[in-house]
Amino acid sequence: MNGNMITVAFDGAVAQNEVGYACLEQDGTTQRLMSEIVRIRGRLADMQVFEDTRDLQIGDTVIFSGHLLSAELGPGLLKQIYDGLQNPLPQLAAQCGFFLQRGTYLNALDRQTAWAFTPAARPGDRLTAGETLGTVPEGIFKHRIMVPFTLRGVYTVKRVAPAADYTVEQEIAVLTDADGVDHSVTMLQRWPVKLPVTCFAERLKPVDTMTTRVRPVDTFFPVALGGTYCIPGPFGAGKTVLQQITSRYADVDIVVLAACGERAGEVVETLREFPELHDPRTGKSLMDRTIIICNTSSMPVAAREASVYTAVTLASYYRQMGLNVLLLADSTSRWAQALRELSGRLEEIPGEEAFPAYLESLIANFYERAGRVRLKDGTTGSVTIGGTVSPAGGNFDEPVTQATLKVVGAFHGLSRARSDARRFPAIDPLESWSKYRSVIEKERVEALRAILRQGSEVAQMMKVVGEEGTSINDFVTYLKGELLDAVYLQQNAFNEVDAATPADRQREMFAVVERAMLADYPFADKGVSRKFFQAVTQAFIDWNQTAADAPDFASRRETIERTIEEASRHA
Amino acid sequence: MHKVYHTIDNLAGSVITLRAEGVKYRELAEVTSRAGTSLAQVIKLDGGAVTLQVFAGARGVATDGRVRFLGHPMRVHFSDALLGRAFTGSAVPRDKGPVLADHLIDIGTPSVNPAKRIMPRNMVRTNIPMIDVFNSLVESQKLPVFARAGEPYNALLARIALQAEVDIIILGGMGLKYDDYLYFRDTLEESGALSRTVMIVHTASDPIVECMLVPDIALASAEQFALQGKKVLVLLTDMTSFADAMKEIAITMEQIPSNRGYPGDLYSQLASRYEKAVDFEGAGSITILAVTTMPGDDVTHPVPDNTGYITEGQFYLRNGRIEPFGSLSRLKQHVNKDTREDHRTIMDAMIKLYASFKETQEKQSMGFRMTEWDGKLLKYGVRFEREMMDLSVNIPLEKALDLGWQILADCFNPDEAGIPTKLISKFWPKK
Repeated sequence: MNGNMITVAFDGAVAQNEVGYACLEQDGTTQRLMSEIVRIRGRLADMQVFEDTRDLQIGDTVIFSGHLLSAELGPGLLKQIYDGLQNPLPQLAAQCGFFLQRGTYLNALDRQTAWAFTPAARPGDRLTAGETLGTVPEGIFKHRIMVPFTLRGVYTVKRVAPAADYTVEQEIAVLTDADGVDHSVTMLQRWPVKLPVTCFAERLKPVDTMTTRVRPVDTFFPVALGGTYCIPGPFGAGKTVLQQITSRYADVDIVVLAACGERAGEVVETLREFPELHDPRTGKSLMDRTIIICNTSSMPVAAREASVYTAVTLASYYRQMGLNVLLLADSTSRWAQALRELSGRLEEIPGEEAFPAYLESLIANFYERAGRVRLKDGTTGSVTIGGTVSPAGGNFDEPVTQATLKVVGAFHGLSRARSDARRFPAIDPLESWSKYRSVIEKERVEALRAILRQGSEVAQMMKVVGEEGTSINDFVTYLKGELLDAVYLQQNAFNEVDAATPADRQREMFAVVERAMLADYPFADKGVSRKFFQAVTQAFIDWNQTAADAPDFASRRETIERTIEEASRHA
Repeated sequence: MHKVYHTIDNLAGSVITLRAEGVKYRELAEVTSRAGTSLAQVIKLDGGAVTLQVFAGARGVATDGRVRFLGHPMRVHFSDALLGRAFTGSAVPRDKGPVLADHLIDIGTPSVNPAKRIMPRNMVRTNIPMIDVFNSLVESQKLPVFARAGEPYNALLARIALQAEVDIIILGGMGLKYDDYLYFRDTLEESGALSRTVMIVHTASDPIVECMLVPDIALASAEQFALQGKKVLVLLTDMTSFADAMKEIAITMEQIPSNRGYPGDLYSQLASRYEKAVDFEGAGSITILAVTTMPGDDVTHPVPDNTGYITEGQFYLRNGRIEPFGSLSRLKQHVNKDTREDHRTIMDAMIKLYASFKETQEKQSMGFRMTEWDGKLLKYGVRFEREMMDLSVNIPLEKALDLGWQILADCFNPDEAGIPTKLISKFWPKK
């Protein structure tokens, strides 16, 4: 054994990724440490232990469970806080106190809670995996109880339980397979986390924009429902804040937050704030639509590797109910580092920066689990994946960022220069890109981006030749770029109104900015033009911070438009 | 009752390998040879082969050295008797005090359940304006001091140790110069703070393995004090030496290096130490302040880079001053709203003006013409650096805020400082 890697001699048959338990005898009690097979060579299996391996010794018994690492699926997942192996953390705390004790595993779903089941299928119906047997209400959603995803082929319904309260382990249906064998079905099912859930009719192209109410995202670098995007950035550039804002305002039904190897303090902020915040769409607590998978940096590394898979499995489960699910993974670099540690212990030949050679395909596989699908009953659902990347030294040329960029549909690069200048969100407007449809027509967005690019070139030049050596036209272009940046690309996360801009308001705002940017200003000297743009910026920021239903909302807009009008007509 | 083994098969650096049975992972052993007796820890089990890391280094260990396994992992003494004492990285007394061998606790304890953590809420006052006013230190925060070798970071830590409002100070020294250890000891002793301090110090001449144990011992004791309801401040200096020690061992173990020779799990290793910073609901707290020297003043070097991703902000120490730009306490907004109503305003206004001063200074050095406004900024900048930034300034937060107003009033008109009118009328000093 080496670190959390143990090598086990076995008899009988075992499977790759099968779960086993290493038995640790101590003070007369036996602790069972969960582990997973990562490699089999002859009669020896290499296993990674999801816990601290202290005190294990050569000769200790390992019991194989016969199943792969799986997640429990069923009603009661929402509002929960799990670790990477789907242990509910609040319950663990109630049992073990302040510290996480190894070898303690709890059921992910509460076995006592009864759910009000309403049958939908009838005896005689012929169903396949993923089709609905009945529903239970879970918070604001109608939670579909489905034919277990692991069943293959067509099944005939023999019996469905009548409408009543059941716990997750009670039988709610009996299905007969093609060979006439009966299968008992409960509300609880298990799915191996490392395999994608594919019980849908077909995969669709992601087209609809997922609005996040973050202006630079929705307008300039949009994300589609069922799409994928990544946010790479150095530390302190605001990755986590951006994800927190997205998790609050994104126009989706369910948010799965995977805090993977990041600071515990940040998770705590979410844990303590979400129950108090209201979902802008339903008016209920945000927690009602959230699942948190939390495997922070000090928790065991192997479980960190499992946590992103657990998260995406839960997201896919809710997609099967025709819901739009957003999975936010913070941060995928930590997951990649967990893979690197594993690979190092297996003594595999390393790739770039000692990451394993198969890193790219694993990243690609993970992001490919996103997507919009048409279910067997005709409704659609989607899983959108947004992953942050923490590149070493903030340099995007490292393997994880590059492997991620190949497979995502949008790239929100955060830049140190912008965050140092306190320009938040620090999404670099020139480097970032998106392949999805924006809330505003592409040509119009591109026209403004072109001005922004010219403006930044002028700014570069001005550093050398000074303001004196710049022509008035160039100078105005530069100021136009600064205006767009200041009033549209930057958002004040601490101002309630400015923090979240709905799509309609973005269109309205964009039209005004567009006018200011495309107008010709016959200014005579730079002082006048600077004064003018300062005035417009100030008026705009006031408008940004005015609620849409406030009495002076329209008048503030008119003030800006009048100022622009006058300046472009005069002189 | 413990078996003694007499044959050591491999010796490399401070790592030895021998064949033994019934050995537990991370178990401790005693290695005796001509060079003396040292503790060692099991770091790898491969069939019958046991790999041990010898704390005192394998130099002088002979192939016929005696190895006795102790049947338990690394443990250290914990009680109030620790206070005022100094130990090495193997928890052996460094001072002339008695050996403490009872009340043993495990080091390297499991991590805290995130569901049990609470939002940070208390400020730790240090009486250093650059910290208290501009980047407040918060209880349960983990904050590194990034500095180039040669900066007075140890002096800064010593001052914080003396002045911070905490119950217990635990100093973990890694790769310290012997003079620095003496400096810490004498400074703490003179001020009378030694009686609430525990020092775990590895000096540069001590065996490298002991360096890796320092944070664990320091934090395990801190955790015990915190569970007793004490506010604990852990000072670690310097974490880069710790990382370098890990690198050395990893290379000896023939592990595949990831970046500039550091092992692939550098992030996890650092994180599991830093994440010990915590505020226990209903008990005490642990705050960690750690020096990370930046080789070549390069913040993208793997150690400061990984650290930055783990910690809640950072202080940059440059030219003997805490840099206002780049330094950041991510938790300050949790506490600076409740101190005094002008705290945030002064913080923002003074930094903004100082940034303008820097620009003006640049303009001046390039020979551009100076306006009246530039003159005011230059006057302000000099006073700000001398009266606020200088590390010798030692005043409580409220005094520092008053001083801030005074400096602003001496340099600017009320409408030039960019401060809301309401606060101007309340705080602006009348002449």
